Amino acid sequence: MEMTIPVLILAIPLFMFLFLGLLGMKMSHKLAGTLGTLGMGTILVLSYYTAFQYFFSGAPEFINAAGERLQYLVFDQTWLQFTEKLVIKVGFFLDPISAMMLVVITTISFMVHLYSMGYMRDHHGVYEHGFQRFYAFLSLFSFSMLGLVVAPNIFQTYIFWELVGASSYLLIGFYYTKPSAVSASKKAFIVTRFADLGFLIGILVLSYYGGTFNFAELTSAPVEGLAGVSQVSLGTAEGIKAMFTNSAAPVFMGASVLTWALVLIFMGCMGKSAMMPLHIWLPDAMEGPTPVSALIHAATMVVAGVYLVARLFPLYLMETAALDIITVVGALTAFYAAMVACVQVDIKRVLAFSTISQIAFMMVSLGVARPEFHEGLGYMASMFHLFTHAMFKALLFLGAGALIHAIGSNDYTAMHGLRKYMPITHWTFLIGCLAIAGIIPFSGFFSKDEILSSCLGYSWVAYLWMSLVAGMTAFYMFRLYYLIFWWKEHETPEGHHAPHDQPWTMSLPLIFLAAVSCVAGFIPFGELVSWNGHPYDFMAHFDWSVAAVSLCVAVAAIVLATVMYRKENPLPSKMRNALPALWTWCYHRFYWDELYMFITHSIIFRSVCRPLAWFDRHIIDGTMDAFATVTNKVSEAIKPLQSGQIQMYVWYYLIGALALGVVTILCLL
Amino acid sequence: MFSNILIYFVIIPLLMLAGTGLCRGVRGIRAVAVTGSIALIALSVYLLVDYIGLRAAGDSAPMLYTDSWMWFEPLNIHLAVGVDGISIAMLLLSSIILFTGSFASWNIPQPKEFFLWLILLSTGVFGFFISIDLFTMFMFYEVALIPMYLLIGVWGSGRKNYSAMKLTLMLMGGSAFLMLGLIGIYYHSAPAGHELTWNLLEIAAYDAVPHGWQSFLFPMTFVGFGVLGAMFPFHTWSPDGHASAPTAVSMLHAGVLMKLGGYGCFRVAIYLMPWAAQELAWIFLILTGTSVVYGAFCACVKTDLKYINAYSSVSHCGLVLFAILMLNTTAMTGAIMQMLSHGLMTALFFALIGMIYGRTHTREITQMGGMMQILPYLSVCYVIAGFASLGLPGLSGFVAEMTIFVGSFQAGMADYLGGEGSLRLVFTIIACCSIVITAVYILRVVGKLLLGPVYDDHHRSLTDATWWERLSTATLIIAVAAIGCFPNFFSNLIKTTFTPEIFTVLGM
Repeated sequence: MEMTIPVLILAIPLFMFLFLGLLGMKMSHKLAGTLGTLGMGTILVLSYYTAFQYFFSGAPEFINAAGERLQYLVFDQTWLQFTEKLVIKVGFFLDPISAMMLVVITTISFMVHLYSMGYMRDHHGVYEHGFQRFYAFLSLFSFSMLGLVVAPNIFQTYIFWELVGASSYLLIGFYYTKPSAVSASKKAFIVTRFADLGFLIGILVLSYYGGTFNFAELTSAPVEGLAGVSQVSLGTAEGIKAMFTNSAAPVFMGASVLTWALVLIFMGCMGKSAMMPLHIWLPDAMEGPTPVSALIHAATMVVAGVYLVARLFPLYLMETAALDIITVVGALTAFYAAMVACVQVDIKRVLAFSTISQIAFMMVSLGVARPEFHEGLGYMASMFHLFTHAMFKALLFLGAGALIHAIGSNDYTAMHGLRKYMPITHWTFLIGCLAIAGIIPFSGFFSKDEILSSCLGYSWVAYLWMSLVAGMTAFYMFRLYYLIFWWKEHETPEGHHAPHDQPWTMSLPLIFLAAVSCVAGFIPFGELVSWNGHPYDFMAHFDWSVAAVSLCVAVAAIVLATVMYRKENPLPSKMRNALPALWTWCYHRFYWDELYMFITHSIIFRSVCRPLAWFDRHIIDGTMDAFATVTNKVSEAIKPLQSGQIQMYVWYYLIGALALGVVTILCLL
Repeated sequence: MFSNILIYFVIIPLLMLAGTGLCRGVRGIRAVAVTGSIALIALSVYLLVDYIGLRAAGDSAPMLYTDSWMWFEPLNIHLAVGVDGISIAMLLLSSIILFTGSFASWNIPQPKEFFLWLILLSTGVFGFFISIDLFTMFMFYEVALIPMYLLIGVWGSGRKNYSAMKLTLMLMGGSAFLMLGLIGIYYHSAPAGHELTWNLLEIAAYDAVPHGWQSFLFPMTFVGFGVLGAMFPFHTWSPDGHASAPTAVSMLHAGVLMKLGGYGCFRVAIYLMPWAAQELAWIFLILTGTSVVYGAFCACVKTDLKYINAYSSVSHCGLVLFAILMLNTTAMTGAIMQMLSHGLMTALFFALIGMIYGRTHTREITQMGGMMQILPYLSVCYVIAGFASLGLPGLSGFVAEMTIFVGSFQAGMADYLGGEGSLRLVFTIIACCSIVITAVYILRVVGKLLLGPVYDDHHRSLTDATWWERLSTATLIIAVAAIGCFPNFFSNLIKTTFTPEIFTVLGM
């Protein structure tokens, strides 16, 4: 494959960032927005072309004679050399999941670019302050995210991992005069930074033993006769495991060093993908503009953790203890977030918790995936869910954005009964809800069923647990749907327009994503993406009994939501009064934020930083000052000796001479 | 003598001194300062290119452009010069900071006297980096330190007399240790039958300092230089000194002078006494490893911008000394990159703080807010400096820190698996934690100072950066981004220093 297109895929968004960032203020809003969108459109076309080439061209570097998909290193440029073997390179790596991510990122990003042209202006068509900056940051984000997914080595992943974190910081804090946005952006950055500490140490451990940063050398074997082409191989991963076990200290604090490395790397994933207990930043991140939430905090950046685990999957297979940890963390997070989502009033928060819960589904799916069971169905299911979720969750967020844009509030109580006024938003939002609830034939049905099937292969506890969460998902999404679009509509105040549908720039992305959510389930995903590149017919592994059960659960949950929320009725408040403690805890998100506030403010800030600063000023600096003070005091004390009076000096002379004489005599004796 | 290119690094500042002395009027002085510093930048760039060419041609001597002129026969003192990759990096850094510092003091009162002292200080700095004779090195070191007293005492703000006195006395205290150490090294510099020498290269080649003496002289020199490198617990001159110093002095001091400390620790303490460096590293590892997190924690609660930045320097410079002590090529390369990176970004920070202070007349972050709306250019620069400081990829902090962490981790694991204790490993992980704490205090400042609503309505009438301020900050940002985007160039430049001879000397 030629290098030109991959280079352009990374270079265009970087150039757009610098161009719009430096010169944006000199352009009109419209020009900046158009340029940004056109740039993204070009990347979209190039990425689709690349992915299409990868999946369907049948070139020998992409697929071998046996029909197995290979990993292809398009280019790899040395960026920073540490030692002979440890070299950070910047490269472009094509394999099934990175090709898929190219499609996902550019699709959502383009939709968001287009949508923002309508969203980031008020009802009179006046563009928001900082509109050019917004497009510059979007380009920076797209660059970072694309760089992350095509990384051929773990250090490049880390570099772009940090860059997406920074662009997320900049975009969450886009409305920087709002204190809540400022603190939300700060929180997001610091929480993920903390997680990245684990990631960094994990990289250090892994690279120390493995002697390389390259994914290919960690998990794949090179293919003979083709440079830069390799194939996922358990043998290589076993080799890495052997390096760990044959080292001088293979076990550290009861767990193998490889497990430690993988768990530490997973810690980074927990931060980015908002797994409990590092999830607290994601709900607050909704302070950013809604298109940003759709792009970064629903579809792309937050799944980077899932992507990284998938990338290192053969290594994780070597240490099933790490996979078990992933399963447990994912299952707990999924359940927790679904509970919280059931009672929130801010529509973006409901969607945020729903995102946490759905990403946890993907994590669980990776955690339960084993090659012995249905050829590693869980891996494929996770990636499939990543794909479908990106589409329908972006749809839901953009729909929510349209509502917020029309109403001017995030609170569902200000909405109600909007289905008459905003038909396009209504229908597309309904499709999104059906997709996430897992109703046949929408895309969520297929991906979620495969996740549940692979859970069943792992243990029936996991299956029941995740089915329960799937039911809750259907429930809270339809609760939200009814509260927004049904109930009795609010009266339009005097002098205001009734809420209405949005301009085409906003409608088009909604319609497109809704269409994708309708048909994406029928993509033969198993033939494109599998953990070892070996394609299979996933419909052959489709468990219709699981599907039937989950469909029944989803329908039951929707019926329940319909009964409770279709019209204003006393049922919800009755339920709430029946279990007041549970409701309060859910409403306050189980007080995680308060716990963190306590740890950071009362313990770290007040009990570590302040005492240290005091110690520095009063003990360390005090000692230094004390040297000076003592010197001064001593000088003051002996100053009178130099009085200038000759009589005194004569006395000193006489006393001195006498003393010397006495000493001499004593010595002579 | 004048055929050696290095000597011009001292001659140009001396000419600048003469020029400043002769000039009347502020324009002439500015012209001298700017022309001179541009000449110095050009000279460093030329040297850099030429040096890389020589290395590429296979010249593997430890130092290039070496020359030596007898200065004082009875004690065998020479004016000996020579550079390697590290010194060239430092020379480039110093000339850039001098250039930007001149713009940052565009409207200083009493410009003639100010620039005279500032240029004298720079003469010392440039002389220090080109010297390879311990005695002349020490002399230039002192030349660089003393003007600081007057610069802070006369042009400073706040408790300037106290701060100037404290800074000078503490650094002089360090010099006392240092002098003791250097004289000690001189008297054990050569094996019996050879003439004693001050020349770094000869001492290193003889490697004759007895082990007993090394264990006394190593701490002396390391502490002596370490005081200037803001090593815990000898760092307290730094917050007070910076807080009182005028902008350009803070820039030069944090940007360049503090690098003299790290450079000296590497060039003298470790290079000349490798045995003691192996044996006694643990003491200083604990001290420097502590300063990395200690400085960061202290910075989290300070409210004065200069104090925050001074403590942040303690943390970042602690990392420099920490990495040097790993005695590992990668970590040492990282240490030098961190010196470059810290020099540039901290100069940028101090320049910006000075510019903000010049407008608002306060440095308390509790007294300001929403500067992004009022001073967008300066605020954006501050955010970029902040990102560089917290180690965002693409800017210089990231590459330096990662090189240090990777190298230290290698050294730590080697110790741990070799059964030599886990001190290096433990402190490496502690030092890694600084990436989180740094993010906390940087974002705290950014959030309070730049973002949010405008705190004081009087600030609304402030005007954004002038052209000389833009030029000064933009230069530094470009330099920070250049290191961050093309780290391998700088890394390779520094690695040329680690020629095989140094490996044998250090036993690496």
